[in-house]
Amino acid sequence: MEEISCRLLVIGAGPGGYVCAIRAGQLGIDTVVVERERLGGTCLNVGCIPSKAIIHVAEEFEVLKTAAAGKSVFGLSTTEPHIDFARTTAWKDEIVQRLNNGVGGLLRKAHVKTLHGQARFRDGKTVVVETETGSTLVRAEAVAIASGSAPAELPILPFGGEVISSTDALALTKVPQRLAVVGAGYIGLELGMAFAKLGSKVTVVEALPRILPAYDQELIQPVARRLSELGVEVLLGAEALGEEKGALKVKQADGKARKVAADKILVTVGRRPVVDGLGLEELVLDMNGRFIRIDEQCETSMRGVYAIGDVTGEPMLAHRAMAQGEMVAEIVAGHARAWDKRCIPAICFTDPEIVSAGLSPDEARAANQEVKVGLFPFSASGRAMSRANERGFVRVTARADNHLVLGIQAVGQGASELSTAFGLAIEMGATLEDVAGTIHAHPTLGESFQEAALKALGHALHI
Amino acid sequence: MGEHVVKLPDVGEGVAEAELVEWHVKVGDIVQEDDLLASVMTDKATVEIPSPVEGEIIWTGGDIGDTVAIGSELVRVRTAGGSAEAKAPPKDETAKAAAPEAEPEPAKLQTRSPKPELPMAPRKSVAAAVRRTPGERPIASPSVRLAAREAGVDMRQVGGSGPAGRITHEDLDAFLARGPETPGAPGLVRRTDVTEVRVVGLRRRIAEKMALSKSRIPHITIVEEVDATALEELRAALNKKPAADRPKLTLLPFLMRAIVRAVAEQPDLNALFDDDAGILRQHAGVHIGIATQTPAGLVVPVVKHAEARSLWDSAAEVARLAERARDGSASREDLTGSTITITSLGPLGAIATTPVINHPEVAIVGVNRMAVRPMWDGTAFVPRRMMNLSSSFDHRVIDGWDAAVFVQRLKELIETPALMFVDA
Repeated sequence: MEEISCRLLVIGAGPGGYVCAIRAGQLGIDTVVVERERLGGTCLNVGCIPSKAIIHVAEEFEVLKTAAAGKSVFGLSTTEPHIDFARTTAWKDEIVQRLNNGVGGLLRKAHVKTLHGQARFRDGKTVVVETETGSTLVRAEAVAIASGSAPAELPILPFGGEVISSTDALALTKVPQRLAVVGAGYIGLELGMAFAKLGSKVTVVEALPRILPAYDQELIQPVARRLSELGVEVLLGAEALGEEKGALKVKQADGKARKVAADKILVTVGRRPVVDGLGLEELVLDMNGRFIRIDEQCETSMRGVYAIGDVTGEPMLAHRAMAQGEMVAEIVAGHARAWDKRCIPAICFTDPEIVSAGLSPDEARAANQEVKVGLFPFSASGRAMSRANERGFVRVTARADNHLVLGIQAVGQGASELSTAFGLAIEMGATLEDVAGTIHAHPTLGESFQEAALKALGHALHI
Repeated sequence: MGEHVVKLPDVGEGVAEAELVEWHVKVGDIVQEDDLLASVMTDKATVEIPSPVEGEIIWTGGDIGDTVAIGSELVRVRTAGGSAEAKAPPKDETAKAAAPEAEPEPAKLQTRSPKPELPMAPRKSVAAAVRRTPGERPIASPSVRLAAREAGVDMRQVGGSGPAGRITHEDLDAFLARGPETPGAPGLVRRTDVTEVRVVGLRRRIAEKMALSKSRIPHITIVEEVDATALEELRAALNKKPAADRPKLTLLPFLMRAIVRAVAEQPDLNALFDDDAGILRQHAGVHIGIATQTPAGLVVPVVKHAEARSLWDSAAEVARLAERARDGSASREDLTGSTITITSLGPLGAIATTPVINHPEVAIVGVNRMAVRPMWDGTAFVPRRMMNLSSSFDHRVIDGWDAAVFVQRLKELIETPALMFVDA
């Protein structure tokens, strides 16, 4: 068996793992990264990036369809549009390919050695990597587990055949005529809405009495309305019972059984950490439910063994993993670091988009905080009007006593790009006066952030 | 033009060196004859060195706290006339620092300490201590948090001056320079200035003496309560008789007499223990040191031959010595030769103390505060003037038993003062 040694071994080259490896390389740490599939992990190959590509195509197609139907408020018209979904997929795959290569290039530039294969712990300092060409024994002073997550299965609807995961959905070569989506979380709704725009008849089945349980009612209202406009049927409080030839059996909220006709059944009921095959049983790490327990330095219960990203639990977000990866690299380099981030913004790429940073008003109140809330609707934004999409708002929550901004949410078309301003405000410890006192360029959706802060202070100018 | 060198004169019998405790002049000063140049301190006394000539000070030898050997150069004075001792004077006054190397006896100046560093100028407080409720996270930008982490600072300790109590880089810098704010007390800040005060002169003598005593002598301390009612009545009666030539009697002369009587029976206690030689020198004469607080510190003038003094004589001697000790005019003779010591803090005397033996003596008697207390006489509580005596003994030569016998004897003498004046 070939043997190599290094200072840092990173298991998994997703956004957490590859960022950790690149940063370690920059810091002059002798680093090896192991990936069993493709560089970039879920995010780049079967998650964030390809899903956003499909969502974007769906939006473009929707615009054309609206124009063709003579419903364009802009006075645009066109003939009935067509979609060559194979080309769509090819374009998407090209983006993924480019990014794969990009990550590979960045790793090389940082002098990180990449191994392709399945890593398996022998002990806390030794990992065996099964590659196509044989086994390699890697001895490392520190190991970062960044093995990520995979779509969770329902026992009654195992993946296979017509039952597909989000990964499979992004690999479809043609748009299913009828699509049943089990689970109305952000992944299910993002993909469900996209396929609805691409022409699928979409039915969403959710066991809870509401969609997007991670967000409050005010934020999900515009999404709920849009779902119905798109003709997506949403069955709340409904239980998926199983697959039956060309249909999904459902027990509705009223107790009645129903068959939802479906060519494909997309199951999006969450994600599970990938820990199988890693030989974690050799380490006996403390777990946090199904996830690996970490401390504020991302260190596991074993010294020198770190874990980052989805394998450590919620929120399972690429940017969280990246920040953790960067931190672990610096810790391994001997810098004093610990997780002290104030917020991890989250975005839901539905139509309209939802973005949230920090606490919602209800969460702040639940933490016994007296709050001031300012909400500015996009219906009062000139920029939103000029895009003919006035749905949604920006909402700011601040402490009543010292006006420290505790949370910012927005829902609206293009709202995802506001996440940068929201995250920065909270991370910097901005007060309402700081936001209100910052000149926001006109005309932008971002102005609504300033106006929401002014509103919370009691003197909004444009409402 | 000439130069006159003032050397440290012989300041006392057997004294080989003295400590420089004060400069009355500096380089460049013009002095007249008999103007004071410097004060030096020997084992006991402070000696002032006057200028024998008129002229300009061009060099001073040594800093405050330095030990200077007798006969070594103290000051060089540029005089108007010629001088037999004329030497090439250092032209440059800044040569002062280099001067000791040029001296004929460089070894005479010992341990010249560097000038104490100036205490850091107190920084203006940029942040009033910000109150955060327990568990509340401090507010700061990522760069400030990173800087704090790298400096090993717990941000919860840092007050924030920004909006909503946000911690700025300035707050962090101030914290690093000054230390934590006192939490929860607006207006009150922790002060971390350190002022260096050189322990010189009498203070240093005391420090050395105390360290010597405490390190060499295993102390045993006995505290006993004494009913001083009868003694106080006697004292009041004696003081009632007006007499121009007689001082008013305090408690001290009586206590001295009691000690004289007690040590007559226990000569071990009126003794000096030469532990290097292993000899206990019992003194026939009772020379009682009286620990006296002066503006400069504690000194112990000595009432010689207390065994040969009357009450009034003792009282007059105590008064004289105390006066001289306080105005600094006590002679070396006044301050040496004690064989046993009394220490009293008067009204501040507390309930009990643990007196430190005046090395190489073997006993010290401490007088605590007198107060009227209710005492049980067998049938009722009666008001009595009570006071405690806290006495320490050198356990190497005085056993607890002997110490207790001595203390009981003092108690007996004080409680029945007539016993002090009758022959046993």
